[in-house]
Amino acid sequence: MTLLQTVKLRKHFGDTKAVDDVDFVVTKGEFLSLVGSNGAGKTTLVNLISAFLRPDSGQILFDGADITHASVAERLRAGIARSFQLVNVFDDMTAFDNISLSIFSREGKTLHITALAERDEEVQREADDILQQFGLKAKRDVAVRGLAQGERKLLDVAIAYALRPRLLFLDEPTSGVSTRNKSQIMDIISSVVRAGNVTAVVIEHDMDVVFKYSDRIVAMHEGAVIGDGTPDEIRRNEAVRANLLGGSLPG
Amino acid sequence: MGALFRGSLGRLLAWSAPVVVLLLLVPLAGNPYQTQLLTYGLIFAIAALGFNLLLGYTGLLSFGHSAYFGLGAYSAAFMVRYLGVGNMELYLLGGVLMTALVSAAFGYICVRHTKIFFAILALALSQVLWTLAYKFFWVTGGTDGIRVPFSKMTLLAGLLDFAGSGGYQKFVFAYYYYVLFLFCLCTLLMWVIVHSPFGKALQAIRDNETRAQFLGVRVRQYRWLAFLISGTFTGLAGTLWVPLNGLVTPDILYWPFSGELVFMTVLGGFRNFTGPIIGAIAFNYLKAYAVATTQYWQFLLGFVLVVLVMAMPLGIVGALARLKAKLRPKPEAEKAEEAAQ
Repeated sequence: MTLLQTVKLRKHFGDTKAVDDVDFVVTKGEFLSLVGSNGAGKTTLVNLISAFLRPDSGQILFDGADITHASVAERLRAGIARSFQLVNVFDDMTAFDNISLSIFSREGKTLHITALAERDEEVQREADDILQQFGLKAKRDVAVRGLAQGERKLLDVAIAYALRPRLLFLDEPTSGVSTRNKSQIMDIISSVVRAGNVTAVVIEHDMDVVFKYSDRIVAMHEGAVIGDGTPDEIRRNEAVRANLLGGSLPG
Repeated sequence: MGALFRGSLGRLLAWSAPVVVLLLLVPLAGNPYQTQLLTYGLIFAIAALGFNLLLGYTGLLSFGHSAYFGLGAYSAAFMVRYLGVGNMELYLLGGVLMTALVSAAFGYICVRHTKIFFAILALALSQVLWTLAYKFFWVTGGTDGIRVPFSKMTLLAGLLDFAGSGGYQKFVFAYYYYVLFLFCLCTLLMWVIVHSPFGKALQAIRDNETRAQFLGVRVRQYRWLAFLISGTFTGLAGTLWVPLNGLVTPDILYWPFSGELVFMTVLGGFRNFTGPIIGAIAFNYLKAYAVATTQYWQFLLGFVLVVLVMAMPLGIVGALARLKAKLRPKPEAEKAEEAAQ
């Protein structure tokens, strides 16, 4: 069942066709990877869907509703959340406060001005639970500035996850971490989003990671979709092999 | 009652209780000058608390907060001059309402910008008020200002008045406790605000505006609300200040006073809750004694600021917190980790 669909979505920056009439579909419940070389248009596509950028033309449908002109807040309410390519967390706040803010925002409580945040036991419980799921419980009260890169990456995803989205975009959740940490991070992300029944779209460069965790893969090149299918189908796709895999076949 | 003493609020009440007891004893030492000096310090502390909601918690540096302090003061002065009001509670009501209105309007304009643009816009708007107070002398008294005599004023809805002989001593004594009560109330209220979900959202905006927006935080609206609260706290302090000073002139609206508020907050440390309070009280003593000691007091204050920024960028409270962390015995695990490295 289709959850998100873009119809001829376009975003050009001068002569650069960042996203060029892209038709992109996300099915409910899947773990989809968006792959492509640098400048292929992956992040721009996610930026358009999450309202970080406005499209030049085209349409974005979410659960059948046209959200092309919806604001960030409206898309959040509809159930679209995202993390960012560069770690985007609240550095001077604790890991717990990062997560609990997300929950307060989701519950529409961020305008509560005369209630102590720490007295909301329901939010406390949920934030602790999310930290536990992402393996960050031990860092609960540490200012985020002091976390390791891999932990910051996980927290970045956890903040978006705490919004309880229906569709979660993760922009390079393992960039800048070691190969061993990549697997740990992806294991956690994959198990949490699958357990939470969240549809996930992950932008990723490491093809080993992509083939290991994805239900479906969409490949982009120069602003266009050049391949769409299961990991096996993508492995056999000539255009993807020529432009992305350099003719090689990851195991 | 037990619930009140849980968590961070409980810790605040626990460590502030002895401080409040000490503050309660100050006037009993029988030195009206010292009592008066500390009253000024507590008033500036209220202003600095408000100012720091913007600087420390929202990440917006305002160089225009003299406007709200001055507005609070002028509101009381106008009530004396044009309405013949002599009731402190009415001054406070008028001052708070007036500063809330003007903060709302000025904030609406300022929060559309950040960083240097915000600072300059806040400064420019405050200077508009200064110019009005300076030029419209038939309304404001110009540089002569407006007198707000304590002898014609009452506290607690007329319960306490200060006319007649010994009125001044009586006023200084009573007014100290009046200000102390409001200071405690404002501190408690600000503590709750910065520890509320709203306060957390402000800190999120300060740390990472884009991410805050992608969590559904309406950045501009929240900044505006922070501006409104900040201005209103500062205005309340201005209203409290004017009967003690006895006179309000356009100087209080002029930008150097905005600079003093910045100085107080940086002196104490803007990255923690108590910093602005300590900074305001310390600055008040520093200025009072510098003025009494040398005609080059501005130079002395400037020198202190330079030394402070270079040696204690986190301010007095920040430096003390760092020292405390250094002196604290390290857990065994941490020691072992260091040894292994």
